[in-house]
Amino acid sequence: MKRAGCWLAAVAVWASGAVAAQDPYPSTYEPLAAAPTLIRNATVLDGAGRRFEGADVLMRDGKIVAVGPGLAADGATVVDAQGRWVTPGLIDVHSHLGVYASPGVEAHQDGNEMTDPVTSGVWAEHGVWPQDPGFQTALAGGVTTLQVLPGSANLIGGRGVTLRNRPATTMQDMKFPGAPHGLKIACGENPKRVYGGMGRAPSTRMGNVAGYRQAFADAQDYRRQNEKYQRELADYEAGQSGQSGRSGSRRKGDDDSRPPVPPKRDLRLETLVAAMAGEIQVHVHCYRADEMAIMLDLAREFGFKVAAFHHGVEAYKIADRLAAEGVCGALWADWWGFKLEAYDAIWENLAFVDAPDKGCAIVHSDSEEGIQRLNQEAAKAMVRGQRAGLDIPPERAIRWVTSNAARSLGIDGRVGTLEPGKMADVVVWDRDPFSVYAHAERVYVDGALAYDRAAPASTPRSDFLLGQPAGGAL
Amino acid sequence: MIRIHGRTACALLLVAAVLPAAAPAQDLLIRNATVHTVTERGTLERTDVLVQGGRIAAVGTGLAAAGATVVEANGRPLTPGLFGGITALGVVEVSLEQSTVDYAPPQGGEEGESAPDPHPEFDVTLAFNPDSPVIGVNRVEGITSAMVAPSAMPGAAVVVGQGAVARLDGRADAFAAPSRTLFADLGVGAPAAGVGRAAQFMRLEQAVREAKPPASMRDGDFRLLTPAGREVLARYLSGGRIAFGVDRASDIRQVLSFAQRHGARPVIVGGAQAWQVAGLLAQAKVPVFLDPLVNLPGSFDQLGASLENAARLHRAGVRIAFTYFGDGTHNARKLRQSAGIAVANGLPWEAGLAAITANPAEIFGLGAGQGRIAPGQVADLVLWSGDPLEVTTVAEQVWIDGRPQSMRSRQTELRDRYRPRAP
Repeated sequence: MKRAGCWLAAVAVWASGAVAAQDPYPSTYEPLAAAPTLIRNATVLDGAGRRFEGADVLMRDGKIVAVGPGLAADGATVVDAQGRWVTPGLIDVHSHLGVYASPGVEAHQDGNEMTDPVTSGVWAEHGVWPQDPGFQTALAGGVTTLQVLPGSANLIGGRGVTLRNRPATTMQDMKFPGAPHGLKIACGENPKRVYGGMGRAPSTRMGNVAGYRQAFADAQDYRRQNEKYQRELADYEAGQSGQSGRSGSRRKGDDDSRPPVPPKRDLRLETLVAAMAGEIQVHVHCYRADEMAIMLDLAREFGFKVAAFHHGVEAYKIADRLAAEGVCGALWADWWGFKLEAYDAIWENLAFVDAPDKGCAIVHSDSEEGIQRLNQEAAKAMVRGQRAGLDIPPERAIRWVTSNAARSLGIDGRVGTLEPGKMADVVVWDRDPFSVYAHAERVYVDGALAYDRAAPASTPRSDFLLGQPAGGAL
Repeated sequence: MIRIHGRTACALLLVAAVLPAAAPAQDLLIRNATVHTVTERGTLERTDVLVQGGRIAAVGTGLAAAGATVVEANGRPLTPGLFGGITALGVVEVSLEQSTVDYAPPQGGEEGESAPDPHPEFDVTLAFNPDSPVIGVNRVEGITSAMVAPSAMPGAAVVVGQGAVARLDGRADAFAAPSRTLFADLGVGAPAAGVGRAAQFMRLEQAVREAKPPASMRDGDFRLLTPAGREVLARYLSGGRIAFGVDRASDIRQVLSFAQRHGARPVIVGGAQAWQVAGLLAQAKVPVFLDPLVNLPGSFDQLGASLENAARLHRAGVRIAFTYFGDGTHNARKLRQSAGIAVANGLPWEAGLAAITANPAEIFGLGAGQGRIAPGQVADLVLWSGDPLEVTTVAEQVWIDGRPQSMRSRQTELRDRYRPRAP
């Protein structure tokens, strides 16, 4: 109960915008200037499970105003979308753009702080290179929001950051205002291979779990120290102002009435305490079903919630449990076999995770190629689910790359659907997006046209591409 | 090629002689399909394909054959079996499990040490396991043959070794002799740790000198190749096929010059910048195996990478075929999506299909017998639920040599075990 209270308090803090003030690396994101726009006469998948035929989408002041037939333009720029499809901007919950930027040279290896199995003090945002050309190719694929995570070499790799996909010179200019941080935890083969190979712990899955447990136990202790300090501080301040202290441990008139000394800040443990307080969304890289079950127990032991299992090649084996516990599966359509924990892949993984009541399936990329066509990855998974007998119309499958993704990032109140009041992140596709031939024709971010396939000259280009052979192509 | 590969062909014949011959395929009549022939006949609507003795006997309308198994296509598309690209199918199970990895030539030294000696005699086909479950997973998606290639680990040499095209129906004698190819990697893709491209070419030239030694060369001058390696490389330098893994335009030009100087027939693998030298490649009739998904500068050799690479090369008259660099072995099945993406970026649809059927067969010397739907071709066929390049399409039936292949794999078994129960 106490934890839930904390979490609600944290939500309230975000809602009030106070966190931005506390964030030492605050977002400086500003929406591009956007004229009111009316997209007319499209097939609309709203991301909330609805499909509209011949419908209009009205955006004003960077927000969705309405979706429906025959909306009045009321001075808005009209875009004829006859024969086109419209969806919310796509969201990738698992990207390494910026931290493993193109070109993939040694100088760009900024995604794994491979020097200690627990590096919860590092933040992916401090490694993001905004000039990664991959941001633009992702935008051309309709991606308007993405979470950049640290890699999976470590048991606890650090904080992820949610970005708005717009050209920027600084990371802060991309940072999604008010979005919670993510925390990257990794199961299985990667941490034990990396550290076992160095002759240190963890070298086994046993060592992995002992590593998470010790880290969170240390965080519990750190939390206690801080809580104790807060009590002592309250008592001290009360004493100074002549009131009796709450705890009674210090009384007015004590000779040694010096202020209590705060515990030394520990950035690693600070992150874990915030995760336990529900202020950070926990994302767990985990392939095997049995390991996911252990991680769910770990989460219960230390009182945090898993937002999503990433990669989850075996998530289909525990789909009911994931749904019951409200944990999303962020998955690929077809990656498999590159390591043993990825051996039991099936095409139907996303569809089976989506199937139970409250199931939450997400298509993620973990790839600068895959992020360019999340729609196609969803299409592949959708059709395999349909052929396995599940009823998965496009208006359902589009949730895998929009609203479900937003939910796992803790930003579902802001993006992920075309419901009125949401940020106007909108993609106009030249046809059914569940097709290999589909192109995003127009991509709006906060109601501003950020990508226009018909106007290549206006396409944002990374500084890196300037002056390169053939203009950097893409 | 016969002279070059005569010994290999003999070896394969001997193997075939001692194995029981596979049961002859029953005749097969596929009726009323949309037949994508990948020939100048193009796409034929409402057409029948007759298969006799494992080969295509006729393509036309109103065909009949007594005793043939009849399959009603109901207008569904029929294509040649797909070529899976340049893969490690059958020579790896799980990439990160060394005990299952057989595609890598001998390893070299640590970083900073000199590169290891090249071993052109390294022949990955000897390790091929036709029963690999990885093959089954891809076969049910329409992949009926693929180049099984060696692949270098970090620290290996510029010359990686030999591969060949395998038919993927579980047969023991999977490889076609004319498809034998020597592989070499140059540029950024070269695995030799700490060895820049000039040093790579230096070592390559030394290897050539050892394979075709001038009379003045003494024993002590042979430093790189084993006697077996010299013999093999000499054969490839007498009109054999060498696949060069290169991306940069300047490296492609060097490869063309090298091949011309030394008498090899080059194939470019990678070629992110190939479109910049498309005219040169077309003129030299040098084909390119490319990954149509490469559109980011993954390295400085790939500056200028473009989704239009395939379309531009095709337009210039270069023969192109597709391979998938992501995980082209476990996910060779992704290749038809890549072909669809190339089509979405300017490549004609027919050329997209050819790049995963007839063209790779042609490039590897097998075009007369496979890769098309035409009389005399092997009956490697796939019946699709829809447009074969579309992501929402699946393979409904696969035939190899006219034999229906099981449409089950390890993955379909897992699917059926965990299929959600009806509510």
